Amino acid sequence: MNATFYVASIVAVLTTMLVITRAHVVHALLYLVVSLLSLALVFYSLGAPFAAALEVIVYAGAIVVLFVFVVMMLNLGRHTAPRERRWLTPAVWLGPGLFCAVLLGELIYTFYAGLPGREGVNVVPSQLVGMTLFGPYVLAVELASMLLLAGLVGAYHLGRKEHLER
Amino acid sequence: MPVANVALNQALLLAAVLFTLGLLGLLVRRNLIMMLVCLEIMLNAAGLAFVVAGSRWQQADGQIMFILILALAAAEVAVGLALALQFYHRFHTLDADAASDLRG
Repeated sequence: MNATFYVASIVAVLTTMLVITRAHVVHALLYLVVSLLSLALVFYSLGAPFAAALEVIVYAGAIVVLFVFVVMMLNLGRHTAPRERRWLTPAVWLGPGLFCAVLLGELIYTFYAGLPGREGVNVVPSQLVGMTLFGPYVLAVELASMLLLAGLVGAYHLGRKEHLER
Repeated sequence: MPVANVALNQALLLAAVLFTLGLLGLLVRRNLIMMLVCLEIMLNAAGLAFVVAGSRWQQADGQIMFILILALAAAEVAVGLALALQFYHRFHTLDADAASDLRG
């Protein structure tokens, strides 16, 4: 299971790199699906099967489909790819890349120098997650449902047709 | 249930790398949809950190935070994509630099 974790995490990192560098939006979304699936494998190998299932169902299933719908509605893809490629010059990558590398180095330093983190991970069964979710965290579930309702109303309001034509 | 015998900080390292990649993409990309995708990557990396911590202490709280992050990501992407649609219909492009009316 160790090898599973390492292979899946390498695949996740590589496909995420491909996601942020692709000029074609649909290609980026397809790489995002691979990245999310490999992250689901990481969750499974870390003993979180429920999170792994949710990652596949909600992220790779629902959220990416939303993106694909919007790309289809706006008819993006082939004709926008050259312009996108023009935006992604090496000069654009230089500054953000440098600062993000500094941030990553700092995070790595924190993980390896500051905290005692040598212990392994354990399985958290789905039953425990469900019991805790609808036990002490039931208020958070209600709040999440209200957030989703607000997101639904907001998306409906913003996506109205007469609103679009103005 | 098989469990990988990895140290906590290796899994956290993966979360950090993914978060940084998402941040880099968010800073570099100008396409609004790609910026939303990078936000999803960052949220996902944060969720991974929660799951790893929950697995370390064998508590369900980590996965519960992951579920809440999932709900947050779903709501965020719905509103964000509706905004991207509005943006496209108004400016006929997804270039985030097109909306520069607030520039002094």
